[in-house]
Amino acid sequence: MTSTSIIEPQSDIIAATSLKDSRLPLWKQAGAEPFLRIDSITKKFGEFTAVDNISLDIYKNELFCLLGGSGSGKSTLLRMLAGFESPTSGRIIIDGVDMAGIQPWKRPVNMMFQSYALFPHLSVEENVAFGLKREGLDRSEVKQRVAKMLDMVQLGHLGKRKPDQLSGGQRQRVALARSLVKRPKLLLLDEPLGALDKKLREETQFELIRIQEELGVTFVVVTHDQEEAMTLASRIGVMNHGLIVQTAEPHDVYEYPNSRFVAEFIGSVNLFEGVVIEDLPDSVRIDSKDAGAILYVNHGISCAPNQKVHVALRPEKTQISKEKPEQAENCIRGVIEEIAYMGSLSVYRVRLPSGKEVRVTQPNTTRELGARLTWNDEVYLFWDVDSSVVLTS
Amino acid sequence: MKRRSLFLNTTATMGFIFLYAPMIALVVYSFNKSKLVTVWGGWSLKWYGELFRNDQIIDAALLSFKIAFISASVAVVLGTMAGFVLSRFRRFRGKMLLAGWISAPLVMPEVITGLSLLLLFVAMEGAFGWPSGRGTSTIIIAHVTFCMAYVAVIVQSRLSQLDETLEEAAMDLGAKPSSLFFLVTLPLIMPAVISGWLLSFTMSLDDLVIASFVSGPGNSTLPMVIFSKVRLGVSPEVNALATLMIAVVAIGVIGAMYQMRRQAKLIEKQT
Amino acid sequence: MSTPTGSAWVEGSGSRLAKYNLLNRISWGRFSVVAVPMLWLAVFFFIPFLVVFKISLSETAIAVPPYTALLDWNVDEAFINLKLNLGNYLFLFEDSFYIDAYLSSIKIASISTVLTLLIAFPIAYMIARSKPTTRALLLSLVILPFWTSFLLRVYAWMGFLKKNGLINEFLLGAGIIDQPLIMLQTDFAVYVGIVYTYLPFMVLPLYSALEKMDITLLEAAEDLGSRPATSFFLITVPLAMPGIIAGCMLVFIPAVGEFVIPALLGGSDTLMIGRVLWDEFFLNRDWPMASAVAVVMLIVLVLPIMFIRNSQGKEETV
Repeated sequence: MTSTSIIEPQSDIIAATSLKDSRLPLWKQAGAEPFLRIDSITKKFGEFTAVDNISLDIYKNELFCLLGGSGSGKSTLLRMLAGFESPTSGRIIIDGVDMAGIQPWKRPVNMMFQSYALFPHLSVEENVAFGLKREGLDRSEVKQRVAKMLDMVQLGHLGKRKPDQLSGGQRQRVALARSLVKRPKLLLLDEPLGALDKKLREETQFELIRIQEELGVTFVVVTHDQEEAMTLASRIGVMNHGLIVQTAEPHDVYEYPNSRFVAEFIGSVNLFEGVVIEDLPDSVRIDSKDAGAILYVNHGISCAPNQKVHVALRPEKTQISKEKPEQAENCIRGVIEEIAYMGSLSVYRVRLPSGKEVRVTQPNTTRELGARLTWNDEVYLFWDVDSSVVLTS
Repeated sequence: MKRRSLFLNTTATMGFIFLYAPMIALVVYSFNKSKLVTVWGGWSLKWYGELFRNDQIIDAALLSFKIAFISASVAVVLGTMAGFVLSRFRRFRGKMLLAGWISAPLVMPEVITGLSLLLLFVAMEGAFGWPSGRGTSTIIIAHVTFCMAYVAVIVQSRLSQLDETLEEAAMDLGAKPSSLFFLVTLPLIMPAVISGWLLSFTMSLDDLVIASFVSGPGNSTLPMVIFSKVRLGVSPEVNALATLMIAVVAIGVIGAMYQMRRQAKLIEKQT
Repeated sequence: MSTPTGSAWVEGSGSRLAKYNLLNRISWGRFSVVAVPMLWLAVFFFIPFLVVFKISLSETAIAVPPYTALLDWNVDEAFINLKLNLGNYLFLFEDSFYIDAYLSSIKIASISTVLTLLIAFPIAYMIARSKPTTRALLLSLVILPFWTSFLLRVYAWMGFLKKNGLINEFLLGAGIIDQPLIMLQTDFAVYVGIVYTYLPFMVLPLYSALEKMDITLLEAAEDLGSRPATSFFLITVPLAMPGIIAGCMLVFIPAVGEFVIPALLGGSDTLMIGRVLWDEFFLNRDWPMASAVAVVMLIVLVLPIMFIRNSQGKEETV
């Protein structure tokens, strides 16, 4: 959709972060006070450990994404924040208050449910007003705040409708309005865009960021959709098997994954297994049988010589050419097995002599480029020493 | 949250006790030796012996079974037709009327149904000489009428849950409407048809009020005999009879559940 | 699969499948599938009501059948004499006995309906919230008594409620009471009997309404600051309303005309219209009067019957 950003096939990730000012974000400032502190939280269901000793600090005005597959524990963590599950051990502190023993209806937290959970017997207005009425606010104020909120999500004209008379996107906005109208300190969103179609999802992503910036509420979003997480998040926490594997800004999660799991979960990646043969402070040389070559990576790692590691290389950072490139390092040969023309870019599957298959994507910057390479062409694959990452775990 | 479910479980358990305690007591006292129904005189099977020697009860039971069998069988055919029309035919004049007529017997007080059918039979006899007198056949007609309503409702709800693409697929493969019904639709709704038959059988076997109106002299069904007995007070023979009926139903229901469980487990294993 | 009768696919009111209409010409099979049950219900359900109405307008006579003819016609003299007799209805409204019986029936049916609802709700709620495997078991526990004889279930309570019955024996034995309670042949026994026998009719529609309810709605309500008790009245009850209405009607309507329960458990002073009709017919052999009682009972019940049919219709369209 954009031509300037680095594009990865299939998922069209935009590595746009919401770093809005030049100041360092709170999580990079030493001694900043976290708004939400998750302190060694564990949740067990019988023998099964859904959340395994997670500690996490989330700062004011963040839009934090918990990203993981099904069963990774992300939803359980979210439900503990809302108060629907109580942790087996550990503490949750929101704005300095320990949430232990505080019932869901007393928490300064609101949630947007994955199913939206709109009350089917109440109109849009009544749904949005539900939480305010429970606070015992007087009618005129309830009315005014509901109207304002509905205007903000552009549903002012549909207030009298019942949820089943709305489209999916409209329902999503009612659910958002309903959870925001109480001005929660913390808004939890469970797969907020999951039920929307692709086009609507893109629109809504930016809408969510706009609302979040406008209201200054801290958002915690749970999602299994890496694209959603990349677009929305100030930071992403990647979860797997009840653990947070990596917490970083979207750009860093994509460019510097800290493990094979993260590298493979977010975007697609080629992994070359190899052995460290030289470990200098700012570069590494790795002998990879997979690649059939010595690979250079231009960053330091803490590892022992002869240690088994993986070199991760994103398909879009790999160059492909029939002519031998000038660079000698990180250059391997292979045969094109398959080409998928996808319009803005083409995806090549290249078989290396070792039998390893490598995925390469190239933007089709000119009309002819795509036609120049064809099946069974012998090609050179090469990449910059800064483009790949060494993964030790 | 815990406390709420405790409250819920207690009240619900009490509800179940309320449902079952009288029946359990009935069963236990059917084995009572003493004639006084509430005084326990030790275990005995003597009331079962009395029951089987009581010709009036045995005759009535046989008549009731015969009526119930015929009524259920006719009601299943008519009820399936009606349920089928209601869920699969497009709107036609009279469909609403059929829908109204078929659901009304479900809630109609029995005294009204019984009285109205009797008066019809009397009027018909006066006009065409049929049915001459009242007896088994008039009871069967009456039972078919209210049982077919139950069958129709069960079949209709089963049909509405059915995946219509199955029938579309059969048509696509060349099934004509009649073979479509017998080869695809009917086998699919068979569980509903069977439970409709069982329900009709039970309802017919159970009916006192309507049968009392439309039966003739010498045609006492089992409920009519039981009613005349228990009207005078508690009777240990009736306890024995009730125990037998409860046992049959319990075995049937438990058997059906076991079968369903086994099938569910089989499906679970396969997937 | 486009057919020339494509409109049939759209028009189907209950079903988008109108395959059985694909043949435009009238087929005998199709015709008889509609006609046979229609005809049966017309003859044995609808016409009988007209007969009841007709006979309610005639007079009692000592004859077989014991009522006078409504129409006298003599072809020779070409005269038709219509004798409408509203006397039965006038008598019905003059004699406070009948009015009292109607009112008392409605009172007893209403109280029993409310009691049934109160007992059935926790049962239905618990079943709807239990695990799918236990759900099937509990549901069949609710339905099981329904398969056994209604008459015998009522009879079981006679043994429980009578003066030297199990409840009194138990309470006397436990020293809670000194004198046996008189429970059998009272209105109380009738309430117990109705609640007991009609409980499944209340539980099932409640269950199906509650089972459809999404639990996250309750979580959403809590999340928005509503306590569980408040959520119950603001969310659960309104969403269970179709089930509540259906259940109440399924109990109330037959309870109004109930005969067996007041006859076996009620006292001689327990006035219920079903019993009045029965006695009018079997004891007094006043068929026209019994018919008039039935017609008025039907009129009383028409409103709730329409109500339940409407709510069912609505649910089907949704």
